[in-house]
Amino acid sequence: MKKVLSGNHAAAVAARLARVQVAAGYPITPATQVFEALAEMRAKGEFPGEFIAAESEHSVMAALLGAATAGARTFTATSSHGLAYMHELLHWVAGARLPVVMVDVNRALAAPWNLGTDQTDSLSQRDTGWMQTYCSNNQEVLDTVLMSFKIAERVMLPSMVVLDGFTLSHSYEPVDVPKQAEVDAFLPPFRPVLRLDPDQPMSFGSLTGPKDYLRLRRRMAADLAEAEDAIEEVGREFGELFGRPYGQLDAYRCEDAETVLVTSGAVGSTARAAVDALRERGLKAGNLRLRAFRPFPARALRAFVRPGTRLAVVDRNLSPGAGGIFASEIKAALYPRSGIAVHGYVTGLGGGDISVELLQEVWERVDAARGADPAPAVWAEDAR
Amino acid sequence: MPLLEGADKACPRVIVSERSMDENRTGNWRTLRPVIDSGKCTGCLICWKLCPEACVELTEKVPRIDMDYCKGCGICVSECPARCVDFVAESAA
Repeated sequence: MKKVLSGNHAAAVAARLARVQVAAGYPITPATQVFEALAEMRAKGEFPGEFIAAESEHSVMAALLGAATAGARTFTATSSHGLAYMHELLHWVAGARLPVVMVDVNRALAAPWNLGTDQTDSLSQRDTGWMQTYCSNNQEVLDTVLMSFKIAERVMLPSMVVLDGFTLSHSYEPVDVPKQAEVDAFLPPFRPVLRLDPDQPMSFGSLTGPKDYLRLRRRMAADLAEAEDAIEEVGREFGELFGRPYGQLDAYRCEDAETVLVTSGAVGSTARAAVDALRERGLKAGNLRLRAFRPFPARALRAFVRPGTRLAVVDRNLSPGAGGIFASEIKAALYPRSGIAVHGYVTGLGGGDISVELLQEVWERVDAARGADPAPAVWAEDAR
Repeated sequence: MPLLEGADKACPRVIVSERSMDENRTGNWRTLRPVIDSGKCTGCLICWKLCPEACVELTEKVPRIDMDYCKGCGICVSECPARCVDFVAESAA
């Protein structure tokens, strides 16, 4: 059934449809509505799961660590400083191999205070072992929460579903809400092999020496490599059941494109309009949207590029001292490159507009820049 | 140099221990030891209520502290209204 939902409400509806057993939360702009919606559903008897209003985000993730160890399907949502405050527990949950699913609503980090969308909060959690998927519209938010449970429970690693603050979180769009029976057929109950059980007592996360630690981390790396396939397989299965297929990458009009915009999140849908406008002028433009960031879709990316491809990478994020994070990762994935230029553009930090016009300007600049790719990022902003 | 090759999934995802945590005697973390002055103790049980390790035992009027698990946090020392719990360095004990 089609409903008009905000990105936050789409996430909450997905958590209900996934039959989440334990949700925990602590309010933070712009993610609070996810819990407001879940709390309302619980009050109406539509959400039978446990709901824990914790005293901090650190406690939220600690509560989910316990609940998931006991074998519950778990969910939360946060943003920016809340996510940063969870950081220690993000490592714990990934290391303990618990398939917690969390929505992160992208928001800039202080100082200075800023509530606008900015991917640096989620990208700062890059090395925790969490999978990360960036969504471009509210339908994709709902669908990705459902797929993330399936992928996370297959590879036994937690998964972060990322959406743009306000641009998606507070914007209302028509969203096709699947029937409960359809979701149940796609997503069976979570049945972990090992769980905390008083009838069969076991200790989890005990001290290990370097020999085991190295092997456990290697296993985590192997499971993340498998997750690249799992994302594709589960995305295909989702497409067969619900008519909306997904993968690690989303290429738009790239078949004969020589210069390709590389985007993520809601900018990915703006970029389609920019590509259409460029194509109308007879220019060979395309857009490649990265849905997956962890595991990084390196294999898919290498299969996508051809010699001579010019990538205009739009980063709404910054690793100070290095540049845009997507651009850095793409360069690393394509090394050693044969005639592929990667141009990084840092723009839209702190919620700045990334308009159709700005994206066309970025594309035209990169298309015209014959020669070596610039090592430092180009900083740009929308003039309108 | 030994390389870790092949069979990367031979290692389990997590390592669990089936041995009881009762064996894990955390009392050896302690550097300061709480000592109850039984003459001053009123038996109010506040130390029993507030001990985060639940290692204050109520066998008699004067509680007994299980030194196998007391980590020496000192909460009983600061919370005792009769000020009857002394904190003594393990090195001096």
